[in-house]
Amino acid sequence: MSLTKSMLAGTAALIAAPMMAFADPALIFDLGGKFDKSFNEAAYRGAERWKAETGGSYKELEMQSEAQREQALRRLAETGANPIVMTGFAFGEVLTKLAGDYPETKFVIIDTVVEAPNVQSVVFTEEQGSYVAGVMAAMASQTGTVGFIGGMDIPLIHKFECGYVQGVKATRPDARVIVNYTGTTPAAWNDPVKGGELTRAQKSSGADVIYAAAGGTGIGVLQAAADEGILSIGVDRQPERAASGQGPDLDGKGRGQCRLRSLYRRRRHRRGHARHGSGRRRRQRFDG
Amino acid sequence: MDFAIVLQVLDGALRLMTPLLFACLAGLYSERAGIFDIGLEGKMLMAGFAAAAVAAVTGNVWLGLVAGIGASVALALLHGLASITFRGNQLISGVAVNFLAAGLTVLLGQRLFQLGGRTPSLGGEARFGPVTLPFAETLRDVPVLGPIYAELISGHTVLVYLALACVPLTWWVLFRTRFGLRLRAVGENPASVDTAGVSVTRLRYQAVIICGILCGLAGAYLSTALAAGFVRDMTAGRGYIALAALIFAKWRPAHALFATFLFGLMEAIANRFPNIDIGPITVPSMFMNALPYILTVIILAGFVGRAIPPRAGGEPYVKER
Repeated sequence: MSLTKSMLAGTAALIAAPMMAFADPALIFDLGGKFDKSFNEAAYRGAERWKAETGGSYKELEMQSEAQREQALRRLAETGANPIVMTGFAFGEVLTKLAGDYPETKFVIIDTVVEAPNVQSVVFTEEQGSYVAGVMAAMASQTGTVGFIGGMDIPLIHKFECGYVQGVKATRPDARVIVNYTGTTPAAWNDPVKGGELTRAQKSSGADVIYAAAGGTGIGVLQAAADEGILSIGVDRQPERAASGQGPDLDGKGRGQCRLRSLYRRRRHRRGHARHGSGRRRRQRFDG
Repeated sequence: MDFAIVLQVLDGALRLMTPLLFACLAGLYSERAGIFDIGLEGKMLMAGFAAAAVAAVTGNVWLGLVAGIGASVALALLHGLASITFRGNQLISGVAVNFLAAGLTVLLGQRLFQLGGRTPSLGGEARFGPVTLPFAETLRDVPVLGPIYAELISGHTVLVYLALACVPLTWWVLFRTRFGLRLRAVGENPASVDTAGVSVTRLRYQAVIICGILCGLAGAYLSTALAAGFVRDMTAGRGYIALAALIFAKWRPAHALFATFLFGLMEAIANRFPNIDIGPITVPSMFMNALPYILTVIILAGFVGRAIPPRAGGEPYVKER
């Protein structure tokens, strides 16, 4: 599906249904919530900026439960919102079913690919950023053992794990990587207590650098790592200073000045099934 | 298996069992008095939020603890009002408490801190730090007992010791005091208590308030001792696990200690050994994570003998029909 074609389709739709011309775009936030300090919040900030710059308005909807998905999406499509942007792979199945029913509405889905003419899929190359994190972890580690803590056990997070392990192994072939997942339900994204426990367990197995790709659970990982005086790497957001600053200072433990902080995901857009596009933005911080 | 690893796993189990133990004892008081409480989860959540929020604002964890207990008691009184005074269905009231807490914490959190329902990260005085027991470092070199004392017994937060102390205390209160006798009687046969001239309503309210206090401790432990700040839905089902442990424990304090320790141990083992190799087969991490729940089902299916709840549990007391 090329851009021109989809624009033509869009224009055709506008001519066919004049009321659509005034349709507002709509944004659906996934279960993480609008202020998850991660991709939902990024979407929210983007939409707010668009609103401030263009003076337009948009509809928004926050998912409250797994069961609402189809209903919510249909309702927005019925009201004529166009385009409809949804954050999160979990919409994939629903959208596959639904996209055909509303050929004039354009959909954007993040983190998964839906093959339909009116859907733009946006996926990221999590494994590449994670590879860099793995290289840094292997270089910073003194014990030769590093850890990975994932949130919900899903393919998306396995991409993080995979890239990280590759990065570690490429730098130090003899290094050991301990991998834990918090759980198999969406509750795994919001369990900092378990995240902290997993961190302590990994530390007692010898890990001294831990990479967390676990949403809200990651806060517990970074905090526990700071408590235990080991290094940690977070994703998607700038971890608050407290995780490394106010707790027992990493530097104070005689671990040198190395402090890995945050690693932004590298993004790649994917339109239809054509796999192209280069990295849009790539930011890393390596403090100290 | 290494002795040090065993100690580390037990150490983790002790940390993880503490919120369960508080919540389990909370449910024990309430249910022994005939008030079923599936709102443990909600009360813990509310307490966790209030404790973290106040600790973040004031920078004092003890004020946070008081706020957490206060918030939890407020919800407990709400449950009491609905199920004791207005004789509503206790299960429905408990569910309502859970929903209320889940929504209210995020709403208030967003309103107060604009961090999407979470509180700022806590550090320093705003958090419970580990307590090193006397002589922990000097005794470390004593074989066997030294590491047990230094690694396992010492170095927890004060709330862990408080939770453990609550077990004999609960036993003493329930089985050795007049108040405890009446409390148990009100759960078994409220009419007889009423006949004896003791107020059923008053006793049940007292039980519900104790339940609130203990849930408050559980919630505050989660957000200010184990983690450093509140995150949406951070109790992650621990209130329900505590309820299962309560049934497993047959509403007895010492059994509650054992049951919650078992659940804590399962979780600690699953955390420490994501995959266990047993010769040709590898037990996947999913199985280890599911183990507490599988165990719950087996236990609740009656594997440990009959668990008989307090006879008047779930029934609002009506003086005359």
